[in-house]
Amino acid sequence: MSAPGRLPRWADLGLLPIVSLLAALAASAAIIAIVGESPWVALRLMAAGAFGSQEAAGYTLYYATNFIFTGLAVAVAFHAGLFNIGCEGQAYVGGLGVGLVCLGLDHHWPFWAILPVAMCAAAGFGAAWAFIPAWLQARRGSHIVITTIMFNFIASALMTYLLVEVLIKPGQQSPETREFASAACLPSLSALLGRLGLNVSASPLNLAFLFALAAAAFVWVFIWHTRWGYELRTVGQNPSAAVYAGISPPRMMLIAMLLSGALAGGLGLNEVMGVQHRLLLDFPGGAGFVGIAVALMGRNHPVGIFLAAVLFGALYQGGSQLSFDLPRINRDMVVVIQGLVILACGALENLFRTPLAALFARWRHPGEGE
Amino acid sequence: MSAVRTDPPAASASPVRDTPPALELRGIDKRFGPVHANRGVSFAIARGTVHGIVGENGAGKSTLMNIVYGFHRADAGEVWVHGRRVDLLRPHDAIAAGIGMVHQHFMLVDNFTVLENVVLGVEGGRRLADGLARARAELERIARDYGLAVPLDAVVEHLPVGLQQRVEILKALYRRAEILILDEPTAVLTPQETDQLFRMLARLREQGKTVILVTHKLREIMAVTDRVTVLRQGAVVHETATRETSERTLAEKMVGRAVSLQVEKTPARPGGVLLAVQDLEVRDRFGVTRVRRASFELRAGEILGIAGVAGNGQSELLEALAGILTPSRGEIVFKGAALVRGGLGPRARRRLGLAHVPEDRLRMGTVAAFSAQANAILGYHDQPAYNRGGLLRGTAIQAGCARKMRDYDVRPPDPGLRLSAFSGGNQQKLVLAREIDCDPQVLLVGQPTRGVDIGAVEFIHRRLVRLRDAGKALLLVSVELDEILGLADRILVMFNGEIVGEVASADATEGKLGLMMAGVKEESV
Repeated sequence: MSAPGRLPRWADLGLLPIVSLLAALAASAAIIAIVGESPWVALRLMAAGAFGSQEAAGYTLYYATNFIFTGLAVAVAFHAGLFNIGCEGQAYVGGLGVGLVCLGLDHHWPFWAILPVAMCAAAGFGAAWAFIPAWLQARRGSHIVITTIMFNFIASALMTYLLVEVLIKPGQQSPETREFASAACLPSLSALLGRLGLNVSASPLNLAFLFALAAAAFVWVFIWHTRWGYELRTVGQNPSAAVYAGISPPRMMLIAMLLSGALAGGLGLNEVMGVQHRLLLDFPGGAGFVGIAVALMGRNHPVGIFLAAVLFGALYQGGSQLSFDLPRINRDMVVVIQGLVILACGALENLFRTPLAALFARWRHPGEGE
Repeated sequence: MSAVRTDPPAASASPVRDTPPALELRGIDKRFGPVHANRGVSFAIARGTVHGIVGENGAGKSTLMNIVYGFHRADAGEVWVHGRRVDLLRPHDAIAAGIGMVHQHFMLVDNFTVLENVVLGVEGGRRLADGLARARAELERIARDYGLAVPLDAVVEHLPVGLQQRVEILKALYRRAEILILDEPTAVLTPQETDQLFRMLARLREQGKTVILVTHKLREIMAVTDRVTVLRQGAVVHETATRETSERTLAEKMVGRAVSLQVEKTPARPGGVLLAVQDLEVRDRFGVTRVRRASFELRAGEILGIAGVAGNGQSELLEALAGILTPSRGEIVFKGAALVRGGLGPRARRRLGLAHVPEDRLRMGTVAAFSAQANAILGYHDQPAYNRGGLLRGTAIQAGCARKMRDYDVRPPDPGLRLSAFSGGNQQKLVLAREIDCDPQVLLVGQPTRGVDIGAVEFIHRRLVRLRDAGKALLLVSVELDEILGLADRILVMFNGEIVGEVASADATEGKLGLMMAGVKEESV
């Protein structure tokens, strides 16, 4: 006997997001039609803009790299029953760590020595920024949603101060640091593949994408196949049962948030070390918040998060192509489309779950008692 | 309890034979997704009778009553009240049709007076004072007619549970209920309060009200009802006049096979002291003292029962022994070594051989969203059998769970299935398997058969006795007196956080325990 309204696993993970996505696309098509453009043309432009060329696909995956990191960060916290809204700030501060390491070492150390230090700095700074809200939640009961949001603002103010007053390259107006020397830059994927004799057109896609995939694999092993992941999920699902089993919920909350912040910090590798090669204002660009949608849509599972991150990368990249090609669809319209996808896949998933579950129930018990 | 029984007007030869039944259900059918909760349920309840509805958990009793009270809407079927077909779309419709419901968990505003609670929602008019004055007069009349005296100006949270329940009944009567549904009304009552309730029900019946009693306690059905309907798997499987049936017959109809209601056990042969509790004081997380200076010893090879009405400190005592709550005073000595206050958590105590089956398996004992195999290692997940260097050993976990499911007859025997997909009895068997499997010296057991079907109760009781016979010590906390009387070798009674007395099970009677559960000290019993 299964509880009412439950879907088979494959439908829950595969069918439901697709149905939600189609619904969001249908709504978007209606809006595009109202504006006076052809939805079909718009969809083709968007698809071509996201995957039409090697360069386009490279941009899509570069955006996806950010979303994988932040999506994983949200998911890990979520498994411990915590809603980490602070990935934006944690990614920002994580990038600060990367930047400081690169600025300090780029003229002294070779790339292979800087890389691990920069990785540790990304994770360490991100985790440190998550630690304070986590500690406040675990020991003082301050709600993590509120504190992490506040810490986004603090991170933003801190970074502005540092870039304007401290780290700015002397003798220029824009609040940016100097550019890193090449020893502190992640190689782009086209350069890496070129070394293997494969010719791929240049794009911002860089080594950090592979780190993001590795992080996804790590999260999968950690959450489902280690003792600590088991404890973390127990705390998230039933804190009383965790106490009964001898697991300390405050301790697991701290661990989950540290890991979450460290993952968010990974975004700094991609943006600062992989693309911008310097520290500048607002480089996370909202990816911390998109991570929430990615985690929701990806069902907090690394595979789902990867797919959702690619989808959102495609929306970002294809969307900018769309606003470029169709004058009546501007940047804001693209944000509306992204918003509809988030709405359908995250907030409204139960809208489709109930009828789908009813459909499945009827399909499995045809005619019984009718 | 049997003293309460007044001779009922037998439904079969009712003097009001020609009048339509108070409540008639015709072909009620209800489905929640794949679950078929009610299958063509039809029966009639004669006016002025007490009608029992029994069935195991998940048999569809609650769904049926929720349909009658307008919480759920039936997929098919009709409800007739006093010969009129009624459409019950929401509770308001049920109240208008003269149906009142007393829920198992009271729906009262704790810091309101009785009067305020009764008029809540039917204040009548703009000025509260007028409505209250009218209600007071009406309630005094009702109290006189039905012998339902309640202090109208007392604040509800200061009233004992039995009186709170009376307020619920008053609420229904004030809304002119002719049909009163009581859902597991005795779960929170002492035996004496139960007797009072049943006297009250008899009085209501004399006055021509119709009472529907939903319960799983067959003894109460036998004591107070005129007719009884048995539900199994959503369908009516048996209906009879109560005087023509027996507890055993009803149990068999509920389960669908012969069951043994008696626990078979030989006298205990207690060994050395395994667990000694000295002057224990426990506060809950709000700082309220829940256990006061409790002292007792638990020996190998015995089952020590702790009786008491729910909420008198048994839960906190159990949690303190398991290491979940930290005692504010006193000492717990396990196998001769003190479990230093707060120093040893549940994990360390488990390793020492102190296992714990918690009172509420869904709140504490399991994680409903996890698979059975993930639940089968809860609390033991750090042991080398299940993980190596932090990595969980999937195959070993699955094999271990499959073995426990075989040993404890958990159905379906599928380690990968979500825990919430199992019935209450099978969940409980899995918890029991997990806790007994590691061969503990002492097993703390809370409400081992709460929400468990009769077939599984039998199985669980046999297992507990077998564990005792293997020389282990068991501490059994239960609010079911029958369970305590059937299983325990010695019985401690708790009232208001204190252990008010100890009785050897051979000398224990329900009346004696009931008085102690109400706070009367042992010496004066």
